[in-house]
Amino acid sequence: MADQDVALMAHLLRRAGFGASRDEIEAKAAQGYDTTVQALLHPDDQPGIEDDLLMRYQPSYHEAAAIENNVQAWLYRMVNNPRQLQEKVALFWHMIFCAGHSKIDSGQEMGIMVQMFRDYGMGSFRDLLLQLSLSPGMMYYLDNSESHKANLNENYGRELLELFSLGVGMDEGFNYSEDDVKVCARAFTGWNVAPAYPPFPYGRSPWEFRFDPADHDDSEKTFLGETGPWDGADIIDIVCKQPATARFLARHMYNYFVADEPQIPAWRLTPPRDEAAIKLLEKTYFDSGYNIGAMLEVLFTSDFFKAEDVRYAKVKSPAEVVAGTLRLAGDHREMKPGLFEISQEPKYMGMDLMNPPTVEGWHTGREWIDSGTLVERINFASDYLGNTEMPGIKDIVGRLLARGASLTPADFVDGCLDLVGPLEVTEDTRNELTNHAQKSGELIHGSDAERADFTRRTGEMLQMIAATAEFQFG
Amino acid sequence: MVSTKKDPVLAVLSLSGGNDGLNTVIPRNSGLYRDFRPTLGIPEDQIIPINDELGFHPAMGPLKKFWDQGKLAIFLGIGYSTPSYSHFRSMDIWHTCEPEIIGTEGWLGRAIKDMDPSSENVLTGVNFGRGLPRALAKDGVPVASVGNLETYGLLTGIDGEAQRNEALDVFGKMYSPAVGRGAVLDYIHRTGTDALKGADILATAPDSYKSTVEYSNTAVGQYMRNIAQTHLAEFGTRILYTTSPYNSFDTHANQGQLHGGLWADVSNTVENFFDDLHEHDAADNVTLFMFTEFGRRITDNGSGTDHGASGIAFAIGDHVKGGIYGEYPSLELNQQEEGGNLKSSMDFRQVYVSILEDWLHLDASPIIGGKFEPVKFF
Repeated sequence: MADQDVALMAHLLRRAGFGASRDEIEAKAAQGYDTTVQALLHPDDQPGIEDDLLMRYQPSYHEAAAIENNVQAWLYRMVNNPRQLQEKVALFWHMIFCAGHSKIDSGQEMGIMVQMFRDYGMGSFRDLLLQLSLSPGMMYYLDNSESHKANLNENYGRELLELFSLGVGMDEGFNYSEDDVKVCARAFTGWNVAPAYPPFPYGRSPWEFRFDPADHDDSEKTFLGETGPWDGADIIDIVCKQPATARFLARHMYNYFVADEPQIPAWRLTPPRDEAAIKLLEKTYFDSGYNIGAMLEVLFTSDFFKAEDVRYAKVKSPAEVVAGTLRLAGDHREMKPGLFEISQEPKYMGMDLMNPPTVEGWHTGREWIDSGTLVERINFASDYLGNTEMPGIKDIVGRLLARGASLTPADFVDGCLDLVGPLEVTEDTRNELTNHAQKSGELIHGSDAERADFTRRTGEMLQMIAATAEFQFG
Repeated sequence: MVSTKKDPVLAVLSLSGGNDGLNTVIPRNSGLYRDFRPTLGIPEDQIIPINDELGFHPAMGPLKKFWDQGKLAIFLGIGYSTPSYSHFRSMDIWHTCEPEIIGTEGWLGRAIKDMDPSSENVLTGVNFGRGLPRALAKDGVPVASVGNLETYGLLTGIDGEAQRNEALDVFGKMYSPAVGRGAVLDYIHRTGTDALKGADILATAPDSYKSTVEYSNTAVGQYMRNIAQTHLAEFGTRILYTTSPYNSFDTHANQGQLHGGLWADVSNTVENFFDDLHEHDAADNVTLFMFTEFGRRITDNGSGTDHGASGIAFAIGDHVKGGIYGEYPSLELNQQEEGGNLKSSMDFRQVYVSILEDWLHLDASPIIGGKFEPVKFF
């Protein structure tokens, strides 16, 4: 198999999923790049992960107020869901349509919201925004349940425009006025949450959306220049028509799937890294009738995505570090104890899943890294990569052994870098790793003792690779 | 401004979850307290009197000793206007001093930057617990976040000291500063170098530590012990921070039992902490500040209390002027914060000003974003 096919497939599976073992990369590369993209874009053609399975191992899963169960179940899906892009897209929307457990205080509602991102995340953006606005969790999180005809709360109205669709501005201009915010909030009055059933004696029940016609402001309003008796659904229709929405989505997609961009508040003044790519995604948005899947198809099959200069041009998010490491090492590929502890790791690395710091979400890119989170990232990944009992690491050892009766230290380092990525590192890093390998000389594996030493040295080298700065990129 | 023999040090214990101020420093003669707390009111004969009006929760005996010695400052009605009832948001406001907008920089991160502008000491600020609290976050300010001081470090999973040292040696070389690898890669290299330096130094703290004080085996006890160990090792650390277990003070239910346990643990630990420092003649330059993101609802819910507005904070230390600061917020219905809560009568930044200016000798305004009337307690 050509090295460039493997490298490209590995890139695709890191971005459209949470990485893959070399076996899986090779199998997908053999099927072809475009075939793989199509499979990723059509999750319903593959088996998903049944709720029943999670329930069997976590009996409290369904009534679960417990956030821990839901975070754990999500991590399990990131690692094991054959529908990798669906899972990656769910995280994409969770990082944009931020609602957090710190306020919602129900793991179950958080789980329901993320499931909605799975179900609607690759369809029409209009449908997705509508579902979001019908989500009782979001209506509560952004205080729409406190917004009344007579007493307006602008929180959801504002964030829908600022953070969920138009963005503050583009090309140095502004995308909406303060009046638009008020009108938007007025249109969503009456979009409410039904009073919860008491939790006794049957446990908590999911929240329900409720429309209160009496509390809805149905008067005539002017929103982004259009006048009518708009309600929330009309607002979403108008929002979806705006070029700013196309721009906002295109930049988010580029930032998440292709290469790190500056932080979102800078977008009004800072042009995109790749203007042509953004234009193409914007055009696809309108040509496809606001279809997210269509935008993703264009993105993954475009030259700008396949280009070498965007590979490893993103700092991995903590979820990617944790799920990607488990997928590479081949651990927790079935339900077993210990996943709870691991599901807390992203939090230690600065990403408390289902509980973003604010409605603005996490700061990504280099801001994932500080001296505390870097230690957590390195220790977590190097513990796994150095564990030669792990199926995925055994496989790497086996593949290195198969490369010949002996390996020079330089070939050994290149082999290890290749099999964990292929990972690209700077010359300096490669030299340090090679110098280290040279201290113990040529790698041979004739006898059992030599083979054991070869295995040990591989684990040690992989540990050091997991500790490199380059390994922080995905 | 206070002068100490050695550089002043601030230790912070954040009581995560929203401590019930009303049952911490209790308006013991108030009839309204009895009315609003039919289930959770502390019986009068169990309250530890502070003065004619106020008393401590019965579990806070050890803190009473600091009060008697005149080393405990109690801040009443502390909070900010337009309270947020979200744990995260309210904690964030205390951390960033940004009640209006979402801030990303912490006040202590800024303080560390001021004390050590070029990050000469990577341990000027140290956090105990996993994950960095927003209070300590600032771009370009290295802060070690230590989950377990005994085992803290990089590549701790490597068996065998020789192997690990060799790996760390390679790590040090790979991360050695160089320019031109690209901004993000350069940044990660700097961060990695800082982390390694910090870990190497911190690893020596437990070895050099000897004490007769035995801390409780709780997270609060162990992290406060780690703070003492780090302080006693004299690494030049000026800000030492830890947080009680996540949302442990969030006593919506079964508060009667829980709250006493929480305060027994905190009070005993604080006593252990200062005993430890005194045993090593190292208390002179330490002030401990304890706060929580909000107080709790005035009326109990039959089993616990729900999120409230203003709360209680404490400062303890040899240079602290013990006393009651501020006024107890009124429990009268027409004086309450909307939603049945205690109105704040003191802004938390009024305390920060004194900590920053009188204790740490820094210019407070740029750190807390404005001028606030200081509560003079040093």
